[in-house]
Amino acid sequence: MVEHAEIRMVRRGGSKINFREPVITNDSRFLLCAAGESVNVYSTSTEEFVHDLQGHTDLVTGVVLNPSNHLQVYSCSADGTVRLWDFMDGILIKTFIIGYPIYSIYVSEKHGGVVFVVVPMANYKSSELFQLVAVHLPRSGDQEVEARELSAVLCDVSPHPGAVSFGREGEYIAATKGLQLEVFFFKKQKSYRFSLKSGMKKGVKNAFTCVSCHPKEDCIATGHADGKIRLWRNFNQKKEYTYTTLHWHHGAVNTLCFTPEGTNLLSGGIESVLVHWHYTQENQKDFLPRLGAAITHIAVSPDGSLFCTSHSDNKITIIQSCVKVSAIIQGLVKGDGVWTDLIIDPRSKALVLNGKPGHLQFYSLHRDKQLYNLDIVQQEYINEEGLDQFEVVKAAFDARGDWLATVEERRKKGAELEINLKLWAYDKLTQSFVLNTTVTAPHEDRITGMFFSPSPETTMLVTTSLDDHFKAWLLADHSDTKEGFWSCDFVGGYHLLKPGCCSYSADGSLLAVGFQEVVTVWSPASWELLTTLSQPPGAIRDLCFGRLSCSKYLLGTSTKNQLCCWNLLTCSLEWSTPMDVSLLQADPLSENMAAFCSQSGSSDLFVFKPSEPRPLYSQKALCTGKVQHAVFAPRDQMLESCEERTQWLNRSQLYFITQDMDLLTFSTKTEEDRLLASSKQLMVDDSVAVTPFYLLLGKHRRQQLEKQEALTNPMAERTQLPQGSIAIKELLHTPAHVLPSASFLCAMFVRSLLVSRSSAREEKAEEEMESEKEEEDSEGEADPRLGESAAWAPSEEFGAPALTKAQERELRKVKTFDHSWLSSLLDS
Amino acid sequence: MASFKPTKIPIYPKLGEKVTPDTLYWKNYKAPVQIKEFGAVTSIDFSPLAPHNYAVTASTRIHIYGPFSQEPVKTFTRFKDTAYSGKFRSDGQLLVAGCEDSVVRLFDVSGKVALRVFKGHTKGVHVTDFTSDCYHILTGSDDYTCRLWDIPNSTELTSYKEHTDYIRCGTTSKLNRDIFITGSYDHTLRVFDARVEKSVMTMDHSQPVESVLLYPSEGLLVSSGGRYVKVWDLLKGGQPLVSLKNHHKTVTCLGLSSNGQRLLSASLDRHVKIYNTTNYKVVHNFDYAASILSLALAPDDESIVVGMTNGVLSIKHRKSPEEKQEVAGKQRVRPVYRVFVKGRNYVPKKDDFFVSKPVKSHLAKYDKQLKRFNISKALDTALELWRKNRKPDITVAVMKELDRRGTLKNALAGRDEQNLSQLLNFLIGNVVDPRFTPVLVTATEMILDIYQAVVGQSSVVDRQLVRLQELVEREIDYQQDLLEVLGMLDTLFATSLPRKEVPCPGSSRPNGLAEGGLGAPGPQLQAA
Repeated sequence: MVEHAEIRMVRRGGSKINFREPVITNDSRFLLCAAGESVNVYSTSTEEFVHDLQGHTDLVTGVVLNPSNHLQVYSCSADGTVRLWDFMDGILIKTFIIGYPIYSIYVSEKHGGVVFVVVPMANYKSSELFQLVAVHLPRSGDQEVEARELSAVLCDVSPHPGAVSFGREGEYIAATKGLQLEVFFFKKQKSYRFSLKSGMKKGVKNAFTCVSCHPKEDCIATGHADGKIRLWRNFNQKKEYTYTTLHWHHGAVNTLCFTPEGTNLLSGGIESVLVHWHYTQENQKDFLPRLGAAITHIAVSPDGSLFCTSHSDNKITIIQSCVKVSAIIQGLVKGDGVWTDLIIDPRSKALVLNGKPGHLQFYSLHRDKQLYNLDIVQQEYINEEGLDQFEVVKAAFDARGDWLATVEERRKKGAELEINLKLWAYDKLTQSFVLNTTVTAPHEDRITGMFFSPSPETTMLVTTSLDDHFKAWLLADHSDTKEGFWSCDFVGGYHLLKPGCCSYSADGSLLAVGFQEVVTVWSPASWELLTTLSQPPGAIRDLCFGRLSCSKYLLGTSTKNQLCCWNLLTCSLEWSTPMDVSLLQADPLSENMAAFCSQSGSSDLFVFKPSEPRPLYSQKALCTGKVQHAVFAPRDQMLESCEERTQWLNRSQLYFITQDMDLLTFSTKTEEDRLLASSKQLMVDDSVAVTPFYLLLGKHRRQQLEKQEALTNPMAERTQLPQGSIAIKELLHTPAHVLPSASFLCAMFVRSLLVSRSSAREEKAEEEMESEKEEEDSEGEADPRLGESAAWAPSEEFGAPALTKAQERELRKVKTFDHSWLSSLLDS
Repeated sequence: MASFKPTKIPIYPKLGEKVTPDTLYWKNYKAPVQIKEFGAVTSIDFSPLAPHNYAVTASTRIHIYGPFSQEPVKTFTRFKDTAYSGKFRSDGQLLVAGCEDSVVRLFDVSGKVALRVFKGHTKGVHVTDFTSDCYHILTGSDDYTCRLWDIPNSTELTSYKEHTDYIRCGTTSKLNRDIFITGSYDHTLRVFDARVEKSVMTMDHSQPVESVLLYPSEGLLVSSGGRYVKVWDLLKGGQPLVSLKNHHKTVTCLGLSSNGQRLLSASLDRHVKIYNTTNYKVVHNFDYAASILSLALAPDDESIVVGMTNGVLSIKHRKSPEEKQEVAGKQRVRPVYRVFVKGRNYVPKKDDFFVSKPVKSHLAKYDKQLKRFNISKALDTALELWRKNRKPDITVAVMKELDRRGTLKNALAGRDEQNLSQLLNFLIGNVVDPRFTPVLVTATEMILDIYQAVVGQSSVVDRQLVRLQELVEREIDYQQDLLEVLGMLDTLFATSLPRKEVPCPGSSRPNGLAEGGLGAPGPQLQAA
């Protein structure tokens, strides 16, 4: 991260959570996974992010539970350290400095105080040779310990974490690389190697991809690149080993995992089907199909009740006992590329970009969480390599967020291009987009740009294409049909030049289309060509109208490293400057423009106003490579910074994606501090299985209970935790055959969980009910008054015109309540 | 875990005319009844009285038909020469007709012999009509005069000789007994007032006027002549309102639909066009076998009667609503309503515990096969569907889906003679349809690749292959011709457009949907 005086660049979410195998804790309540430079802790039941373990200074490459203490976890990182954490509280217990970048970590119960890590071979520092070493963790009370006691176990292993596995009770360790399986027995201190034939004659790829050892028996399962799974037995000698082959996958087996009892074997690959083999009857298998994307890792909870699979689309699926998907933790999907650019949904303020294949993802920037995926292509996705799939290549929102336009494209080898333009209307009822119009083949060639008119009166869409035309699409009249549909309104061209980009002025009265070297300015009202602006050589790459006070300016960038600014009143070039601008982005809420320039392999950022010659802000060497996608996201709350250098961040925030698909943004120090403080507020203090949401409610409830206790003594009994309440005691300790009907108990139980009030009248009513209950118990029928009392309770609170004494007291009490939870909820 | 997404069957734009309320209304007629008359049918007039008999003037006779009879209920034959313009009086009791022998005859509808005979014209009388007070008769003749006659005395009241050519059409005002309008081959329309010596208004149609029509409000006058239909505003002193040119031959007759919302014009070009009277756009069109001379609509548009030059009278009756229901009732072989609501209308009680059953989504047969990756079977089911209902959309969509999955070749391979000939049948039927060409051309190429080794082993398949080849060759010729025409049109447009720095407006291609046809020749050449 680069620091620059006040403004700093911050990585904003979207870290890879599918990089390494996730870990489920012993009590199956939490899921830990490596995410960038930290370890994230999620709740398995609510799929919420709980907190993260921060401390590593480089990519975290492995997470394992401490076998001797199930509340602790080891993590290793490429920064050369192994850290021990208490994941419940998020506290770093110890740091062991190894000194080499670590690629994966393994532990075994049998080998206490020893962790096995994969590090590069010492003498070939930069090469691709790796070794598995045992690290004896020194016992000392210090926070940071140097662990230099390394002993090599196996040389030449694969750095892939799935390629090494501990056998039954840690007696042996199996490692695969290429076409070789190596088993090392700790007792005998001896290793055996088994190799497969290269099998080139059949065109079969036999290479090992992953390995997993049976936890109770001497059996090793290996996955292969040709989709086969081999089960090796009798491998404690060189000669008489045997293996059986299982074959279902048609692509490579990415990962294998035995359940803790060893009764089942799970495998996954590119087909995105979780295959569930029965260990003893190998021809029996169950499937869990259509998990969304290729499976990269499978993990099983220590008690075997939960499985979780990581997928190539940055997703972790939690599966209950292999039949039902119970939760999905979805990170920012980073596909092969972002064709759609970054867009901000005007309604939800979410970042919109390509997600899963054929989908658009809506990603909340504030919560670093995916909101939902919108299926654009609406076709069954076939998980197979080498298929040409439909891809969403363009997307655009209109000014109010009522319409979404998408373009999907599929180029077949040697055949013609398939393009569909789809228009989606926002449905307020379902809170999502509904397909309105599909135009097949809207253009004869690839679509290069698509924009909605920003004016609120007309909903007009303009597409430019390589077929030398641009087309304007209009929503047809609603007169004869209930719902309007879109149709082509105008086809324009200019001397058979290919239009490269287009831009609307802020009020929608002008449309600028760049035809290679010429900028044409049109009036969308009459489709009249108003003027053409020629400019120095080089095709136009990007066009952008100025906004607000600078709306008389039109900016353009050309391939020949020119940034030009035309004055639309005089139709002449105002200024131009030699700059290799790769991206020009206008802030929708201010006059500011951001230009990303690529210079000698790295990108620079300039923020400027078209009317002023001096940039407001400039940052050299942001990141390596070109910045291709950036967007200004409007802030919820305006910042009140008066400093000139940070003023441009007041209204909106600039997000951009680097070539490595990292989502970065700019923020100021004060803002960071504020964010940190607010997250501190949400720190989990004592109880477990908590999410920030639970915490808010729990806090609120606790505060209320305390207040009640202070106010009314008779209510002291009610302030007990739910576990201690009478209702639950009764529920749990009475034999089932003497209990009243479940519906009756349920109402009571729910009431015991509700926030109780302390008004005298209510208390009386409750007492009445209590006595009533006794009577009903014997009669065994539901109490009608129970429902009644629930019905009058809220009406008393709001409706009564005359205030009784009890109500007055209640109102006063409401006034004294702590509402800070509410404000913090609104802030976050 | 997402559920299986069924194959999307694209909705193709409907070719042909758009369905509007007007087309539905005007298509709702039964097949026409044809009656052969002795000569060209020059005039048809409906009786204003129920059951709305109509008088058909053809050759030397006037036949009166009942609304549903195919035989005339009455015939007037006392004409010495060709009769013209048989018209009912507004009470439906009297009928007047002109004749080529210049005599105008008045009949009682129930009688046979003429009640009155008006003599005075010197040439054939083509126009006759009753005035609105029922006591006078208007006649127009080839001797350039139009006259008013008194019925009781059978005397001539007035004569106007203002036209300078044959008077071939005329009408009387239904609101004012003194006003009448005549149209003549001297290109003019004249409005006369019987209380004045001269015509009160003259309009120049600039074509020989064949027919005039007054709107029920009598504020607007419609005239037809030549290829034009013109509408005049009488209240603005005969100002022309619109001139319609939708026919390519002389418009011979005009009519107004019963509610006055639609105007009908019949022409020698064998078409009847229906206009919307608010914007004067053509909303519907009828085709007939021969040139049309006369047209009349029954009250409430119950039937359309058209008379043609070849003496054929064509009558179209409106479909009655009961018949429509009958047709709908026949198709109904679905399970009864009870089956569907069974168990659905159960209202749960308060304490009931809900056990929700996962909703089973219904998949089509081919989708079920696709879900299991049974590609050949999926294609078979899709072809079966085509054989059943002859709609190729689904089959093409399944082929496209298979192609997307990269397994179309596998699905097409390994078929026996019968299967292959079915497949070829399908291709022959649909490969030249521009909507399906892109998909089917790839399929055809694959079939040729797969089965080229076995060509010549089956006569059935060979014959089909030859047919396919002929088809493709013909299509290529068509496309070439079309491209040539397109090139010619382009040059014409280029010369007619003013040289201005304005790019072409998108009139030539209204939207991107119709463009498939132009791209077709390329891939087809490969297929050949």
